[in-house]
Amino acid sequence: MSGFFKSSIGRKYAMALSAFFLMFFLLQHFAINILSVFSPDAFNEASHFMGTFWAVQYVLQPILIFGVIYHFVMGFILEARNRSARVKKYAKNNGAANSSWMSRNMIYSGLCILAFLVLHFIDFWFPEINTKYIQGDMSGLLGNGEGFRYYQELAHKFESPLRVGAYVIAFVFLSLHLMHGFSSAFQSAGASSMRKEKLQLFGKAYAIIIPLGFIFIALFHHFNHH
Amino acid sequence: MNLTLKIWRQSDANDKGKMVDYKVTEISEHMSFLEMMDVLNEQLINKGEEPVAFDHDCREGICGMCSMFINGEAHGPDRGVTTCQLHMRMFNDGDTITIEPFRAKAFPVIKDLVVDRGAFDRIQHAGGYISVNTSGNTQDANATLISKHAADEAMDAATCIGCGACVASCKNASAMLFVGAKVSQYALLPQGQVEAVDRVKNMVAQMDLEGFGNCTNTGACEVECPKGISLENIARMNREFLSANVKG
Repeated sequence: MSGFFKSSIGRKYAMALSAFFLMFFLLQHFAINILSVFSPDAFNEASHFMGTFWAVQYVLQPILIFGVIYHFVMGFILEARNRSARVKKYAKNNGAANSSWMSRNMIYSGLCILAFLVLHFIDFWFPEINTKYIQGDMSGLLGNGEGFRYYQELAHKFESPLRVGAYVIAFVFLSLHLMHGFSSAFQSAGASSMRKEKLQLFGKAYAIIIPLGFIFIALFHHFNHH
Repeated sequence: MNLTLKIWRQSDANDKGKMVDYKVTEISEHMSFLEMMDVLNEQLINKGEEPVAFDHDCREGICGMCSMFINGEAHGPDRGVTTCQLHMRMFNDGDTITIEPFRAKAFPVIKDLVVDRGAFDRIQHAGGYISVNTSGNTQDANATLISKHAADEAMDAATCIGCGACVASCKNASAMLFVGAKVSQYALLPQGQVEAVDRVKNMVAQMDLEGFGNCTNTGACEVECPKGISLENIARMNREFLSANVKG
């Protein structure tokens, strides 16, 4: 297996595996976030569990960080290699005649998601790491000690229309990325065509429902607190 | 039909090359695209100019020689055809048609519209065969039973004519549809099993060595393939490659 991940197909598998993990992560992230719409208490409980349970913090979180970095770095490496495979470009290339816009522009939708992740980390992840591991406050409580802080922090972030706008745009690009990425990951992993139609249908549903759900959550908190 | 042609002219592999405009007149809509090119070349020869070099051989869609990237698509705008089967009725009087060579680092231009597709031959040499001596020792064709489904799928894969439209159409200049088809046609048959591990490993290694890009599943190759080779062959090659690496 030594040369496997250096080969073109090995890298396809690696991209697909990291994509599967990220898509599963996205699903659980959504499942917890949607709780904030229905029950702030349930959202607080789930957030505190995810934020303090050792297996999530010390096992799944490092895997997630590795998965995110790997997916981006390998995406850039593959893009660079693929561009170098055609040095002289066509004077006229009708890409729309044979492929979807989403499939031809994964690098750009991916870059939009990367830009969003920077904002998202500044908004939530860095403050969270600061509170828990630098200041050492693992209680998850508000400054005045009256209940958990997670829901309040979330609601507070979505007060700014600029941030909500940025989130909405990012989720549109996430949807475009997933429109191709979901079924593409299965194709790379060697899924046979017998299952392909159902997979593509499920993939399209996933690519629309999950980002739309995140948009709904952002808009819900924005308008709910004005 | 009267047409304006924008054609890539390049005197040899080292020439920088450029697009040159030509006018052709009195083109019949029943002509094939290559016959239209013949008319142009006759005009050029009569004027004492260098004719446009392009690949062609059987002119009936089975040899895989003709190439050309026509109006932004490999083998032009029609589906399931090679350039020799593309008819001028697909175009309109007064059209401007852009004609370029298949572009890929692994397909260097030799002259004008002619590219060197030797990379495909080298990939085939790396494992696209079975080492069975059949001369004077031919087995009965029905001695080994093969399911209709497997036989059909293997035949579908074997219809690949190695024209390179997949590479030309792919935004990454990936050869995975070609290699996938060549791996699949043996992977589906019992005769191919003996050398299956080495075949897929060696062919993929040669494909990577030739400088083709990596497949990102856009599906452009499948749409532009004159033989309708399915993306399923790439998925099968991926499975074969994984299993070959697990087996060692």
